[in-house]
Parts: sequence; C-alpha cells; structure tokens
Amino acid sequence: MSSIDQLNIIVLLKQVPDIEKVKFDFKTGRIDRSSAEAVINPFDLNALEAAVEIKEKVGARITVISMGPKTAEASLRDAIARGADEAILLTDKRFAGADTLATSYTLACAIRKVGSYDLVICGEKTIDGDTAQVGPEVAEFLGVPHVAYVEEIRKVKRDRILVKSKMGRNYYIIELKFPGLITVTKDVNTPRLPSLKDKIRSRRAEIIVWNADSLLDLADERCFGATGSPTTVAKVYVPKAERRKGKIFRGDLERAAKEIATVLREVHVIR
Amino acid sequence: MKRRGDVLVFAENNDGKIHPVSYELLGKGRELADSLGVDLDAVLLGWRMENEAFELIYRGADKVFLYDHPSLEEFDVIRYTQNIVKMVRETKPDIFLVGATRIGRTLAPRIAAALRTGLTADCVDLKLDEEGNLVQVRPAFSGNIMAQIVTKTRPQMATVRYKVMKMLERDARREGEIIRMKVDVIEETGMRIIEKTHADEVEIAEADVIVSGGRGLKRPEDFSILEELASLLGGVVGSSRPLVDAGWISKDHQVGFSGNTVKPRVYIACGISGSPQHLFGMRDSDIIIAVNKDPTAPIFNVSDYGVVGDLYEFIPLLIREVKRLIGGGKR
Repeated sequence: MSSIDQLNIIVLLKQVPDIEKVKFDFKTGRIDRSSAEAVINPFDLNALEAAVEIKEKVGARITVISMGPKTAEASLRDAIARGADEAILLTDKRFAGADTLATSYTLACAIRKVGSYDLVICGEKTIDGDTAQVGPEVAEFLGVPHVAYVEEIRKVKRDRILVKSKMGRNYYIIELKFPGLITVTKDVNTPRLPSLKDKIRSRRAEIIVWNADSLLDLADERCFGATGSPTTVAKVYVPKAERRKGKIFRGDLERAAKEIATVLREVHVIR
Repeated sequence: MKRRGDVLVFAENNDGKIHPVSYELLGKGRELADSLGVDLDAVLLGWRMENEAFELIYRGADKVFLYDHPSLEEFDVIRYTQNIVKMVRETKPDIFLVGATRIGRTLAPRIAAALRTGLTADCVDLKLDEEGNLVQVRPAFSGNIMAQIVTKTRPQMATVRYKVMKMLERDARREGEIIRMKVDVIEETGMRIIEKTHADEVEIAEADVIVSGGRGLKRPEDFSILEELASLLGGVVGSSRPLVDAGWISKDHQVGFSGNTVKPRVYIACGISGSPQHLFGMRDSDIIIAVNKDPTAPIFNVSDYGVVGDLYEFIPLLIREVKRLIGGGKR
C-alpha cells in the first residue's frame, strides 16, 4: 500500500504507576511515583492494540504521544515494541502540574505539530486520574468529532470508521468521518504482548522529545501546566469510615434467616 | 456589586425521558442556588420535550432553557456542545453540573474545553466555601481517598455520580419559566448513527433490592442461588469486581468504585469481604445485610445485619423463610 493511502493514527498514552502497588502521600495528596513500577495505562494498551489491528488490516502509520517525565520514555519504547512506528514524548517542567484542561491543550498542540492525522485513539480513562476527560477535551481543542466508550470497531475505510458504543440505554453503531477521535473501553480488544524480538528492536528506537519551546509556534505557553490549569486540589483526606452498629448472628442460621426475613417484610420488599 | 451567575444543570435526555441523575442534580442545585441567592436553571435538548421540561420545574428548576428540534432527538456531541456553549456564554452561570453518565462524560469535557474552564469528574459531594466557591469532592486513588477540588474559572463545572445526591419530591404546583431557545441547526457533524438497539442490561443503579455475590461463590453457576433470592424480593443480582474480571458475570452487574454506585433499599452481600472499592459503591444503601464466613470481614462494619456463616447454608434458609412469608401471607 502506498503511503498516500496509508492512514495516520495517533495514539495518546500515559505512563501511570501500578495502582495496585503504589503508595500515597496523604500530606501532599500526591502519589509517590517512586514507590511502584510505572506502566502504560491499561486502557491505553487497548487504544494502541486497536491502532495496531487497523494497521494490520488496512495499513497505517502509528504515532504515539505521551506527556510526562523523562522516565516515560520506557513506556514509549514499550509502545514501539507493541507496534507503534513513531513515539513522541512531551516533557518539560512547564508542562508539570497540569489538570485535564492543560493536559488536553498540550496534547492537542502536539497533535497539530505532527500535522496530518486521520484518527486519534485514546483509552477510555486513566487508572490514576480516572476522569475520562482528556480524550473528549482533545477532540474539542482539535475541532474534530469524537465517539467515546467505543466497544467495537466494525469497519475502517480510508475516510471513515464504523464503531459501536453504548450510551444511555442503547447501543449505537456510529459512522465517524476522519479526522476524528475515539476513546475505547477494555471490551474493544485484548492487547497482545510484544515479542522478544520486538522488545529488543525497540531498545534502539528513537524517541522524539519535545519541550514547551517545541510547541510555541502553535501554543500559548500560559495554557501549559499548572499555570494553565483552572482546577486545583484544595485538600485531600481519608474518608471517615462510618460504621453501622449491626446485629451479628453466629451459629444459629435458622434464627438469623427467620429474623432477617421478618425485616425484609417490615420494609416491604416481601409483599 | 457584580451579580453572581446562576446554577445550571444539564438535563440528560434518554430516549425522550429525563435521566434521574438530572433530578438528583436539581436537588443539589436547589440547595446551592438558595445559598447563593441565585436561580436554578436547567438546559434540555431534544425533540418534543416540552412535557419533560415541566418535570424539571416540578423537581426544582426556576428556568428551563429548552432546545426543541428534530436534529437534537438523538445525542450528538457536536450539536449539543455548540448549542450549550453558546447559551453558557450568554447566560454566564456560576456553576454548571452534569450527570457523570456516559453521555454526561462525553459531553461535559467538550463544553469545558470550548469554554476553557475547569471540570471536575465524578463528584460525590458538592458544597460552598465562605466565599461561595464550589468545593467539589471526588474520590481519588481508587476511592481510598477523597480530594476537594476548586476551580478558578467560571463556570465551575463538575460531573456528578448517579445515586449520590438526593432528588426533591415532585411538586406539580411549582412554578417556573420555560424559555424556548433558538436552535443552531448543524447539518453535518462528521458523525452519523447507523443503527440503534436497546441494550438489554440490568439497570442495577435503579434496583430496590440487590443480592450481590463475591469471592465466597465457588462457581459461576452459583449465581443462580442469588438470582432466586433476588427475584423473590423483586431485585437484581450484583457482583463484586473479581467475579466480573473473571468473566463470571457481565460488567453491568458490578457494584463498587469502578462499577456502579448503588443505593437500594436492601443490599445483601453474599461472600463479599468488603474492599474499600466495593464499600464505596454500596455503603449508602438503606439496609445492608452481609453473609460471610470470616467474622473479621470489613463488610460487617457497614452492615445492619451480619451473618457469620456459609452463604451456601444461609441463603437457601433465607429463601425458604422468604417464600414462607410470601406464600402464607401470615401476619
């Protein structure tokens, strides 16, 4: 397939701490990222796999973009091992402390800098921030339509994609014209593991690094990072575990069943 | 003094009916608007939605901005965003609340980005500080901690989890104003619905009774025991996350931080130990009944009735007693 026909797909990817193992600093309200191994956000693996499947079927060039510390290079290498063609890391102190709006703005600027693209694919959400906001906000900054919560990719053509998404009480099959953006759920596919050969190959791959200056011809620096973030965390606390003084039954299960059934009748769930 | 803007609620239209989360937001919004001394507004988009617009007034809205047009019958994020953004620019609300449903979470970020304002996801509480700024409380770190977020831009936008706020009683005597808005009709949005099918799934968040299974279940088939009890009580079956992850039951049954938040009249937890993530999703249920072999299981700390024992022994006994009360009708 000639390159003119090839789709250009951008996958947005975030390196996150392994949420099962990471420790939390209750004083600062921040995750102690040094306490656990960093991995690709699991939902983003589905986004990347979706791109790789499209590449295998119809041909595509896959660019992954991530914003994060220099150490996020490791996740981008992992993405190359998994089938991405090019990886861009956005890293700069000026990007730090970004909320979803500033993050989306920065990512959208980077996508503009990459230039031509047909489809942007994001994971439904990240496991650390858990907002599901960055994908749709990027779409708005780019001025392209988006479909969120895509559970299935039905068909890909040169200028459009057919996807299935559940919203409200319905499943929808939606045709989305390029350029566009989708966010995918875990149901969309099962990400494959990279082969050893691909892992070795990815070690030599070049990771393109852009800082704030690299984006300045397209961006307003005041919109980056903490400065560009309208929301701030005012306070973090451990929720007080309210307890109920429950009645505990031990041993006599017959009696427990009788008494609980009576309660169920009293509250009219037995009618 | 500069007049403070109103409190605005997005009224989510699901196949011509308002999603109950919107009524819950009007309940909370009424409280916020009254404290601030401003109006509570709702924005509703759809086609032939006038009756539903009145419902919004009966549930607490002072004004309803109604966009009634065939092009808005189905949710289209571009059409909805453009009309709402224009309205927000004109009416300048101080606070804008959206339900944290899939539609709400698809729409709200686009609106926030277009307005260059902050958006807090999936809030479980909202309050005002001394200056009248919105303090948005949301779970973080898988529900283990709570974060309070404030927004320096206006409107202060938040999506709010379903089943955490309280809706007002419907009052058909309440008066309010329905403002018919001129619809910007956008023909081509780049998206087209090719097919729509009703998702045949349990609406666990709306169930009055939930009988949930956890790791104490030995086999996927054993959900049938819980199903029998649930159906006798007019309820549905729920599940903790591990069984959903293992593929024993579909995700629409999942209760907890990463699943559904539920607030039924009765929640029966069978073989669920009670991880913080699970408790997050069900601890506000009216009555909580737990069955677990382990007397130290955290689920007992939030239960009204705890049975230390094997669910395989206890649930059949409970089913028998329930049947006796239904069948005999003896008082």
